[in-house]
Amino acid sequence: MIVLRTPGGLSLRLRPRALAVGATCALLTLVVGVLALGSGDYPMSAADVLRTLAGDGTPAEHFIVHELRLPRLVTAAAVGAALALAGAVFQSLVRNPLGSPDLLGFTQGAATGALVVVVVGGTSAMLSGAAVASGLATGALVYALAWRRGVHGYRLVLVGIGVAAILTGVNGWLLTRAPLMDAARAVLWLTGSLDGRGWTHAVPLLVALAGLGTVVLAAAGPALRLVEMGDDAASALGVPVQRLRLALLATAVLLVSLAAAAAGPVNFVALTAPHLARRLTRAPGPNLLPSAALGALLLVAADQVAQRAFPGHQLPVGVVTGVLGGGYLVWLLASERRAGRL
Amino acid sequence: MLSSPAPAFRTTSESTLSVTHPPLSDLVAGAPDAPSRRGRAATRAGGLVAATLVLATVAVLSITVGAKSLPLADVWRGLLDPGAAEYAVVHRMRLPRTLLGLLAGVALGVAGAVMQALTRNPLADPGLLGINAGASAAVATGTALVGVATVGGQVWFALLGAAAVTAAVYLVGGGRGATPARLALAGAALNATLYSYVSAVMLLDTASLERLRFWTVGSLASANATTVGTVAPFAGAGLLVALAVARPLNALALGDDTARALGARPALVRGAVIVAVTLLCGAATAACGPIVFVGLLVPHLVRALTGPDLRWLLPYCAVLAPVLLLGADVVGRVLSRPGELQVGMVTAVLGGPLFLWLVLRGRVAHP
Repeated sequence: MIVLRTPGGLSLRLRPRALAVGATCALLTLVVGVLALGSGDYPMSAADVLRTLAGDGTPAEHFIVHELRLPRLVTAAAVGAALALAGAVFQSLVRNPLGSPDLLGFTQGAATGALVVVVVGGTSAMLSGAAVASGLATGALVYALAWRRGVHGYRLVLVGIGVAAILTGVNGWLLTRAPLMDAARAVLWLTGSLDGRGWTHAVPLLVALAGLGTVVLAAAGPALRLVEMGDDAASALGVPVQRLRLALLATAVLLVSLAAAAAGPVNFVALTAPHLARRLTRAPGPNLLPSAALGALLLVAADQVAQRAFPGHQLPVGVVTGVLGGGYLVWLLASERRAGRL
Repeated sequence: MLSSPAPAFRTTSESTLSVTHPPLSDLVAGAPDAPSRRGRAATRAGGLVAATLVLATVAVLSITVGAKSLPLADVWRGLLDPGAAEYAVVHRMRLPRTLLGLLAGVALGVAGAVMQALTRNPLADPGLLGINAGASAAVATGTALVGVATVGGQVWFALLGAAAVTAAVYLVGGGRGATPARLALAGAALNATLYSYVSAVMLLDTASLERLRFWTVGSLASANATTVGTVAPFAGAGLLVALAVARPLNALALGDDTARALGARPALVRGAVIVAVTLLCGAATAACGPIVFVGLLVPHLVRALTGPDLRWLLPYCAVLAPVLLLGADVVGRVLSRPGELQVGMVTAVLGGPLFLWLVLRGRVAHP
C-alpha cells in the first residue's frame, strides 16, 4: 500500500493492485468503446473512429459518431459506473455481498415513479424526474422502516426485499393501466435500455458522478473500510456510523435513481461489478474506484452484446445483464454456501 | 479491545427468526391422550368448522359482488334455473371465478405452510422465493415460442418452471442450514433474473406482451370452467401429498436424527414436499399468474390460532387462504368498479406490511 500525505494533513492510501485493476478496466472500456463507435449499420474502422473523434472526420462520420453513437456509449459507461459505485457502497454498508440496490426495492421504487408518468402520459423529462424522486422516496421509506435505534445490515436487506415485493405488485398493476403502446414502452424502460440515448441523458448523470462520486471516494472510502469491520469497531475508531450510513445510503440511492432515470433499472450491474472487483483486487474493502471502472466496462460491453447478439433484433441491455448477472449470482450463492459464508 | 458492550439496538438475528417446533408428545404415535389435549382438539375442530362457514360466506360474496351486483335471490335462481337471465353470468363468470379463487387460495396457502415447515424459514412464500417467477418464465417461454394460449397448455410449462425453481432455490439458497435471510436473498435474486427474462420475452413479441401483462399481475379474471377443470387435478394432487406428509414433516422439525427415530424418512419427506409445492404453485400460477404473499400471510396468521402442528395447520390454511384470496378479489372488484384491481396487487399490498412486521419484530407468531 502506498500512502501519499499532503502538508495539510490529508492522506491518500493507494493499493497498487487496485489501481492496476481500475486502470486496466478503464483502458478496456476505451478499447470496447472505440470498437462500439465503429460498429453498426455504418461500420467504421478504429482508425476512422479515432480520426473522427479528433475532429477530422467527414460530416457524415462526425454526425454518426458524435450525435448517434457517442451519447449512447457515454450514457452506458456513466450508468455502469454509477450503479457499480452505488452497489459497492451498499455492499459495504450492509456487510452483505448481496446487499444490492436491485434486490432492495430502490430500482423498483424508481420504476414505480416512471410507470406512473407513463400511465398518466408525461414527457421523458418528467419520467426521469419521477424516477429519481420515487427512488429517493423508496430509499427513505426502507431506511425509516428498518430504523430501530440504528440501522443494521440484515434488517435493511429483509425490509428492502419486502418493499421490493410490494412495489413489484404495484408496478405490474400500473402496467395493466397503460394502453398497449405505452405498456411496450414501459416494459422496455423497466428492463433497462440504452436505445436512442442522447446527451440529455448522459450529462446529468456525468455531473452527478463527478460530484457525488468524488465525495464518496474522498470522504467515505476509508470510513467504509472501518464500517466493514462492524459498527462497534468503527464507532470505537471514531467513525460516526449512523450518520455515515444515512449520508452514504442517500448518495447511493441518488446514484441508482439517476442511473435508472437515464437507462431504466438495469439489473445486476450494481451487484456483480463490486463482486468481480473484489475478486480482481483481492482486497476486502469497498473497492470503490475499481468497481466503478468495472461497472462502466460491463455495461458498455453488455450493450454491444445486446445490439449484436441477434442480428436484426436489438435487445435492451437489461436483458443481457439480467441473464448473465443472474447466472453469476446463482453460481455465487452456491459457492458462498459451500464456503460456509453468507 | 475494540468491542463494546452488546449493541443497544435489537437485531434481526437468525436464531429468533425461526418456526417453532410442535411438542414432542404430539409427534409420537400412540402417545397417551391427556384430557386437555382432547379438549384442545375439540376446540380446533370447532374452529375449523367456523372457518369453513367464513369461507362459505366469502364464496357467496364473491358470486354476488361484481361489476353488476346480484341480490342473493337472483344468484340462487341463476345457479339453478337454466332459463333465468342470471344463469349465464353466474355459471360462465362468477362461479368459475369463485372456484378458481378457492383452488388457487388452497394451493398457495398450503404450499406456503409446507415450505415454511420444510425450510424452517418463516419468510418462505412461493412468490418471495421465486417459484411463481419460475412458473411465469416457463409460461412466457411457452407463450412466445409455441404460442401456448390456453390454461391447459400453460399448466405444463408452469409445472416445469415451478419444479426447476423449487429445486434451485432449495439447493442453491436453502439446503438444511439455510438462514431466513439467505433463502430470502436467493429467492429475490431468482425473482429478479426470471422477471427480467419475462420482460425480454414480452418485448420481443407484442402478442405475448398483450397476453402476459395481465397474467403477470395475478388475476382471477381469466377464469372459466375449462381453467378450473384443468388445474383442479394438479392442485388436488398437491394437496393430498402435502396432507400425507404432515406428520413426518412435523417430526422433521425436530432434526433429522430425531425424525428418523420417530420413523420418518427425511429424504423421502423432503422430496414429497418439493413435489407438493411444485404441483400447488404450478397449478395456481398457470391459472392466475404469480400471486405473492398469500403463502406467507396465511400460515403465519393460522399458526397463531393452531400452533405449529401441521396436521391442524394445513387444514386451517386450506380453508383460510381462499378466504384471503377471494376476499382480496372481492375488494379489488369493489374498489375500482366497473373495472377491477387484480387480486395479486391486492394481496401484495396486504401481505407486504405483514412481511415487514415479521422482519421488524424479529420473530414469528408463537402459539
